[in-house]
Amino acid sequence: MADKTKLARQFIEAIPHARELGMVLTEIGDGTAEITMAYDKKLIGDPETGVIHGGAVSAVMDTCCGAAVMSHPSAPGGTATIDLRIDYMRAATPGQTIVTRATCHHITRNVAFVRATAMDDDVDRPVATASGAFTVEKGF
Amino acid sequence: MSRPRPEPVQVVKQRRDAALAALVNAVPYIRFLNITFDRRGDELTSVLHFDDKLIGNPFLPAIHGGVTAAFLEVTSVITLNWSHLWPRIESGELDPEDLAAGKLPRQPKTIDFTVDYLRSGLPRDAYARATVNRSGRRYASVHVEAWQDHKDRLFAQATGHFLIPQDSASKG
Repeated sequence: MADKTKLARQFIEAIPHARELGMVLTEIGDGTAEITMAYDKKLIGDPETGVIHGGAVSAVMDTCCGAAVMSHPSAPGGTATIDLRIDYMRAATPGQTIVTRATCHHITRNVAFVRATAMDDDVDRPVATASGAFTVEKGF
Repeated sequence: MSRPRPEPVQVVKQRRDAALAALVNAVPYIRFLNITFDRRGDELTSVLHFDDKLIGNPFLPAIHGGVTAAFLEVTSVITLNWSHLWPRIESGELDPEDLAAGKLPRQPKTIDFTVDYLRSGLPRDAYARATVNRSGRRYASVHVEAWQDHKDRLFAQATGHFLIPQDSASKG
């Protein structure tokens, strides 16, 4: 179990785009994962307000969901996104770190089902939620 | 009745390209991902220029699913915004020089976005085109398709809903 978590952590931390966006894996194990992404000017989607682009939120959500799948006790290896839906509840507050949490709530031999939320400092009001289906791969 | 003499082609192109460039270059995240837009008349095709920093799975290697989602969302938002701007630029209501100087109209806000991953994104350039299927007073529904080598072999598609900013919606 600890090995699997370690493997998933190594895998996530080796992703070039995750590094590029400054993603940090803060928690992983048992089908759940938490990834943070600090505010950065290069992520701005609305130059007038400084709010980060929805696409950057999608990227961290996708990574977090994948990490949750790989850490599930029944997952034999890697994973790929089949589909991912994101609902944007509000603009993330400029300057604040995005924290995403994902849970792999069901897994079969072939498909893993995941839900995730993204928050900033105001943890009572999520910035976005996601739900998706992921493949279950035998190896990495 | 004689119709007015058409403008020289370079004047028309310069005006349209300046407006599009202003819209795209204003967004840091679009520059970060290095997405550019080709224009033929009012039709836009976005190009995601490949770079190693876009890799999500270094073993395959494949483009990060989040990059694909972002690319599709950027294409949708710009295409939707452009569809509102086009008639206002052509009628002379909006001056592309004002746009270039930073006086940009407000952008549509994403309500939801659903991405369908059909194949893994190969480590090379990708292209996308979005279609505005409905654009009402407040809400718009946009479909977008992305491909790499063959236009008829999509590697991802998405549908999103957007909230129209009220200042541009009122003027169609």
